[in-house]
Amino acid sequence: MAWNLDTDRPIYAQLIERIKTQIVSGKYAPGERLPSVRELAAEAAVNPNTMQKAFAELERTGLVITQRTNGRTVTEDVKLIGDIRAELAGDQVNTFFSGMRELGYTEKETSDLILRYLNDDKDSK
Amino acid sequence: MNDLIEIQGLTKAYDADHVAVDHIDLKLPKGKIIGLLGPNGSGKTTLIKMMNGLLVPTEGSIRISGYEIGTETKKRVAYLPDRTYLPDGKSINSILDYFCDFYEDFSREKALEMLQSLHIDPDSKLRTLSKGMKEKVQLILVMSRKADLYVLDEPIAGVDPAARDYILRTIINNYDSEATVLISTHLIGDIEKVLDEVIFLRSGRLLLYTSVDNIREQHGKSVDAYFREVFAC
Repeated sequence: MAWNLDTDRPIYAQLIERIKTQIVSGKYAPGERLPSVRELAAEAAVNPNTMQKAFAELERTGLVITQRTNGRTVTEDVKLIGDIRAELAGDQVNTFFSGMRELGYTEKETSDLILRYLNDDKDSK
Repeated sequence: MNDLIEIQGLTKAYDADHVAVDHIDLKLPKGKIIGLLGPNGSGKTTLIKMMNGLLVPTEGSIRISGYEIGTETKKRVAYLPDRTYLPDGKSINSILDYFCDFYEDFSREKALEMLQSLHIDPDSKLRTLSKGMKEKVQLILVMSRKADLYVLDEPIAGVDPAARDYILRTIINNYDSEATVLISTHLIGDIEKVLDEVIFLRSGRLLLYTSVDNIREQHGKSVDAYFREVFAC
């Protein structure tokens, strides 16, 4: 299955997001070996050079480490993974709140709505 | 010398009123997948034919891997024309024989492997295959060479979306980082994920040469959407 990518944003940026998500969600564990650029490019149905560029950026952030003999692995720095996870979660919250603002909701109304939603969820269980 | 293709002042005039390619200057690197994009009649096929020595430029020059177009470049360039040229009555096996005779860099094993993945029997005659299958066979022949440059003229025109995916995957999986693939098409949406860079041609002139992600960053839209804007009628 090719990865679902938006058509209006740079591809390499979306590949970075996608791989970050896979790492922070535990699909690839700390220290685990990652598939090769070529394998991932084939899976995503994107150009291998673009995948390479995404990996170069992930290496720069320290999330992915290149071992000279053993390909690429996820960092074992659990704190770094946690920080990036928190950052991605923050992005989600921001996106959510700006969507609600666009609908004309105040922050109070939004948070009330969240609480009600969570309570409903509990009741239905 | 990192440029694979050097094009200087390239012009092809069929007659005074019909200038198909008009003073193009362009240097293309190795290791990239590059889209050659433009509306019908913008000069894509004329440019490609000059790269393959099928048309002689009126003015200007092309060098590929440092060589003028000729025997040396034909050894290094694998070309998929925009129409089929293979004899319909021949079996795939005998076409493989042709390719082995013609091209030192042709790998029969690689071709057979790809044919097998499509469940195509190499003993079958070309005319027994569907149009989509024929296109795939021709692509397999071209991609089974170990060339410096692959020139694919409209490789995905006229095949269904699943066959398109197969063709794009074959291109991604078979090109190596030393080679460049030049793909002409007007079906941009289907192909832009696999492109590094794009060339826009308009009325035989070079309008733009940039990377796919540059267009997306600068204009906030896909190459397909940008193309529609630039070439809106």
